[in-house]
Amino acid sequence: MSLLLQYTLIFSSVLLLVALGGCFSEHSGIINIGLEGIMVIGALGGALVMKYLPDGTCGAAVLGLVVIGSVLFGMLYSLLLGVAAIRFKADQTLVGTAMNLLGTAAATVIVKAMNTAENASNVSSEISYIAARKKFLLVDGMEFNWFMILAVVILAVSYIVLYKTRFGLRLRSCGEHPQASDSVGINVYKMRYAGVLISGALGGLGGVVYITAGVSLWKFENGVAGFGFLALAVMIFGAWKPGRIALAAILFGFFRALSNVYTGLFGSLADGAAEITWLRNTFNFLGNVPGTIYNMLPYIISLIVLAFTSKSSAAPKAEGIPYDKGMR
Amino acid sequence: MKEKKSFFKLPVVQALLVSLFCILLGLIIGFIVLLIIKPAGAWEAITTILKNFWNYTRTNLQLKNLGNTLVKTAPLLMCSLSVLFAYKAGLFNIGAAGQYVVGAGACLYCALAWHLPWYVCLLAALAAGALLGVISGALKAYCNVNEVISCIMLNWISLYLINMLLTNVKETTSPYTFKLSTAGEQSFLPNLGMGDALFGKNQYTGLALIIAILAAVLIWFILGKTKLGYELKATGYNRSAARYCGMKEKKNLIMTMAISGALAGTGAALLYLTGFTEWMTTQSSVPAMGFNGIAAAFLGGLNPIGAIFSSFFIQHITDGGSFMTKIGFPSQISDLISSLIIYLCGFVMFIKLTFNGFLDRHSKSTGTNVNAEPAPVQEPAPDAQTAVADNKEGGNEE
Repeated sequence: MSLLLQYTLIFSSVLLLVALGGCFSEHSGIINIGLEGIMVIGALGGALVMKYLPDGTCGAAVLGLVVIGSVLFGMLYSLLLGVAAIRFKADQTLVGTAMNLLGTAAATVIVKAMNTAENASNVSSEISYIAARKKFLLVDGMEFNWFMILAVVILAVSYIVLYKTRFGLRLRSCGEHPQASDSVGINVYKMRYAGVLISGALGGLGGVVYITAGVSLWKFENGVAGFGFLALAVMIFGAWKPGRIALAAILFGFFRALSNVYTGLFGSLADGAAEITWLRNTFNFLGNVPGTIYNMLPYIISLIVLAFTSKSSAAPKAEGIPYDKGMR
Repeated sequence: MKEKKSFFKLPVVQALLVSLFCILLGLIIGFIVLLIIKPAGAWEAITTILKNFWNYTRTNLQLKNLGNTLVKTAPLLMCSLSVLFAYKAGLFNIGAAGQYVVGAGACLYCALAWHLPWYVCLLAALAAGALLGVISGALKAYCNVNEVISCIMLNWISLYLINMLLTNVKETTSPYTFKLSTAGEQSFLPNLGMGDALFGKNQYTGLALIIAILAAVLIWFILGKTKLGYELKATGYNRSAARYCGMKEKKNLIMTMAISGALAGTGAALLYLTGFTEWMTTQSSVPAMGFNGIAAAFLGGLNPIGAIFSSFFIQHITDGGSFMTKIGFPSQISDLISSLIIYLCGFVMFIKLTFNGFLDRHSKSTGTNVNAEPAPVQEPAPDAQTAVADNKEGGNEE
């Protein structure tokens, strides 16, 4: 059982972080489809820090630097969306899609180039970080790590920032009715940049949490296997509110963990085999469903929820529409 | 002077210039990346990407590899038509990827499990794609669900669904589906002798190319010359206005997505029924074909005929990238360039405005104001954005 719990918690914290990022961006009025790409670049930032830190570095420093690396990479990358969508009023869906493709392509090119430079025969897109990863664990041999605690802290902070501070109120107003915000002296462009940058920071952090979840090396060719999009689903299912996003993250994280149990992705872990058999037997009452079903469920649930709630949607009203000062 | 100016103000010329500008900028950035990786081989690398099949010295091999590129251009063109058709009608069909996936699933299952003839498989793919489009369209029409979000969800649902379905017709030892040549020979798209005659005995080229190009012409005709096209575009610009004029706006919306989905679904059949490649049932992300379709659609200036050329170009540099590993560069460099090009396409409106401003400043014949000028027909972004804005304004003033 503990295996399932561990992975549910890991995946939930990834989804929570990234979905909160999306939540900030959308509340400021920018749809961030590019979360998937931001995650990949953030993961790259974190992985590079882990790769180049000397082995003897103390745990706290590793953790801190990895967080900073991924957050910085994520923020820088999210500026691509910010500049295009805010300054140049580009189509946000188009730019987001481009960023998803660009994220994986750029990360792969960078990692491959580095690997080849180190060793001419190494053409893989992998970075490994066996030693560094162990320092994130709270308990030896268990997949409970510091990132989970960080995710909970960020959840609390996000709630306070969005609903209890002047900044949060202003940010949300820019996503609802930017013209009104501008009329009372709020700089809509600045607020939207802030929203996008926060989403970049949290998306990047989510990326590094994802690639350190139970594995000690990452192949950047694979991107993050749709977790950015899953986070979008979490955000929608969570009705753009931090508290509900947390619940949605746990639910969807549980589905992901369950599907991994079924497809045997945990097979590499030493103590996994017996527990997987046990899990499969336990969940047999659901019928002999393939693991793929659990991968699909989050998306199906979100779609159904959307179908029933979109008439009076909780989505920010002005999201996706470039703000133009001259427009009525 | 006057003639020259009017030439540069033609919408077609402007669209072409902007696309070329995006390509050039994308290539320059790609070149800079190559320079950073390994300065010595950078020039060779970028020319290798651009040469693609000309890298071979023998004419026969050149033609054969041109054929290979064309085989993959056909589905890409269909996906880009799918995206641009929906975009012209005011919808962003990011679901072309998912519609492509169900199209692939439907045609392969018909071919490998039921051994149906090729035209049935093709129709199955078309129907599957259209059905997925209808779901997004209906959700938008009746439940007000944003089509971008529903399409993203459907992309992933269809990926997992098709992986599951095609596991029934896969090889026991590998994750790939059966080869069409062993398990479904009746389902090959006819190659009409094209490969033998034109492409150095490339057996994959054939009917697919012709279908894709006919589809482009058909979409051009529907959008520009028919009542249906007019209604769909009108609904996209402003739903309320369309309803006021007596159009059935919900039906139009669903129709747009159905046609769009059918195009992407057919695109998959055009690739998989040639036997060029098999489906991998363990793939964990949605195939890039649908997303590259977005690139091709925007690069082609959202014009069906332009899409033919832009699809070929995107596929050309993607295939050119496969030569990279041989000369010590990552092959993903061409993905990088094409995604940069999509990104730059987001700036089309800005580039056009700047360009027009430049033209106006340099020809003192008229004092026209750039902003006062009516937007060119081909210009994508302003149309959609003003449509949204119109909608919003209409809502506010009511």
